[in-house]
Amino acid sequence: MYIYIRRKLLHLIPIAFAVTALSFFFIDLLPGDVADAIAGIGTDNAVVDEAAVQAIRKDLGLDRPIVVRYFSWLGNAFQGELGKSYQTGQLVSDAIGLRLPVTFQLLAMAQFLAVLFAIPAGIIGAYRAGKVTDKFVTTLTFAFLAAPSFIIAIILAFLFAVMLNWFPATGYIPFSEDPIGNLRSFTLPALALALIEWPILSRVLRNDLIETLQEDFISLAKAKGLSNIYILLRHALRPSSFTLITIVGIQLGNLISGAVIVESIFALPGIGSLLVASIHAREILMVQGIILVMAVAYVAINLAVDILYGALDPRIRQ
Amino acid sequence: MTAVSVQAASSKKRNEGLNIDFWLPVAWMGILLFTVAFADVLPVRDPTISDFTALKARPSLEFWLGTDVLGRDIFARVIHGARISLTVGFFAPVFGMVIGLFFGMIAGYYRGKFESVVIGVVDIILAFPNIVLAMCILFFAGATMINLIIVLSVTSIPANTRIARASTLVFAGREFVLAARAQGASKVRILWYEILPNILLPQLAYILSFMSIVIMIEGSLAFLGVGIPPPTPTLGGMIAQGFPDINTDPHITFLPALFLFLTVLSLNLIGDHLRKKITVRQSAL
Repeated sequence: MYIYIRRKLLHLIPIAFAVTALSFFFIDLLPGDVADAIAGIGTDNAVVDEAAVQAIRKDLGLDRPIVVRYFSWLGNAFQGELGKSYQTGQLVSDAIGLRLPVTFQLLAMAQFLAVLFAIPAGIIGAYRAGKVTDKFVTTLTFAFLAAPSFIIAIILAFLFAVMLNWFPATGYIPFSEDPIGNLRSFTLPALALALIEWPILSRVLRNDLIETLQEDFISLAKAKGLSNIYILLRHALRPSSFTLITIVGIQLGNLISGAVIVESIFALPGIGSLLVASIHAREILMVQGIILVMAVAYVAINLAVDILYGALDPRIRQ
Repeated sequence: MTAVSVQAASSKKRNEGLNIDFWLPVAWMGILLFTVAFADVLPVRDPTISDFTALKARPSLEFWLGTDVLGRDIFARVIHGARISLTVGFFAPVFGMVIGLFFGMIAGYYRGKFESVVIGVVDIILAFPNIVLAMCILFFAGATMINLIIVLSVTSIPANTRIARASTLVFAGREFVLAARAQGASKVRILWYEILPNILLPQLAYILSFMSIVIMIEGSLAFLGVGIPPPTPTLGGMIAQGFPDINTDPHITFLPALFLFLTVLSLNLIGDHLRKKITVRQSAL
């Protein structure tokens, strides 16, 4: 197990390094630099003052070579120092730190709901494979797979906020202020994400379960006279959930993309809506910082998933 | 009931009579493609011209799908928006597939260092959520059709590379490849004449799924306001524009959404059908 974790970590180091480099270079090499943006070039009311641009450039250290800037950015990033917004003066790390819990709660609730929908659906699909119930579940997964997150979010907002008025359409209430209100404000966004996530999980689980159900130990359990429900839940579910766990990790990227959209629609102050706002405001340091946090989180969570996977299934440690 | 009997029941009885979950989507895509291709010749209104006497009109004989906030014909805008979605949705996955095939095949056949590098690069691309990546690049590089296609082809490279590599690994061990090697065929020749013809069909089976994913991402980008800018109509842009009026005029939002949904659903259904056919052929070999 120790060797397995070490190998995974070794694979991770170059990737983590490349991810930080890309977060930096992507934004930095694109046309239009920070100094131009601060001086207002590219906006409609631009007054081009070359001296001012140069001064800003020097102030930010943009006159240094890009590689030098990357390493100083990376060094600072390691200390949690990502620069500050040039419009509000807020520290990028503060802004992200403030909004990260919101996104985290959203993703956790969404993932929980998705698994909650996927497990029964997958079990029913596998148990009744080929029958009407299975076809119904499959059709349902197809329909949800074809709906982009923003369409699902809009439909949910329309149904449950506008028509039925069960949940608030926008707004965010901190958990410490009003726990119930907090959960209510998160229900629709989390549900929107869960609805795009569950079909993938459910299909993976169904296919793995069908395979497991043909194993000898299932026949043995049947021969012992155990009930179908007991066999499905106690014998078949666990050995069939390995792919499910990996997919949960891989799907995180999709879920983050979805969070960007859903947070914008439901006006949740998470890092997704911060990213959209920062991009429109050309807050380059903020964008770099957020992309870095998202990419590193993705890599870290997938490492955790790999380790968990190795702990659950000894065969893959080899 | 045991799972074995369950399996047997599912594999029996397929492709009997007219298969509506295949032909219905094909018909939808056919009609849509025809209308989109000949929108300039067909009696489709100009999508940018406002009729201020008919703002937010309901669907009628005059305006088939009604009009939007600015009195523009929703049907015309949907057709022109679908033109962008379909163009991007065609070229981006094709480029992604060509690049993915190239790297995946070399990685799967040559193995070694190159393979580790390719796998590493794929992992790196995957670490950036696709919409986030596309959003940043488009906003700073400019949201043109070409940039949109480039950015979205990048997002479909990882999966294409993985599929190509996996199927190359399978075929690299087969007898006919060994035979070609024994005859002294070069590696390039083997990849081009022996492996590519075998893995191309399964790879193509996935392309419709990538098209549907790209169309969804394009819609999401336009919805967030970082897609192709107005006045060019986009499905995502129309949905975003109708959203504030959703409680009084839901048709402005939901009709473009329905078009997007049906198109993606059709591509998924056709792709799934073709994939099943191709897998059957492979297992029968």
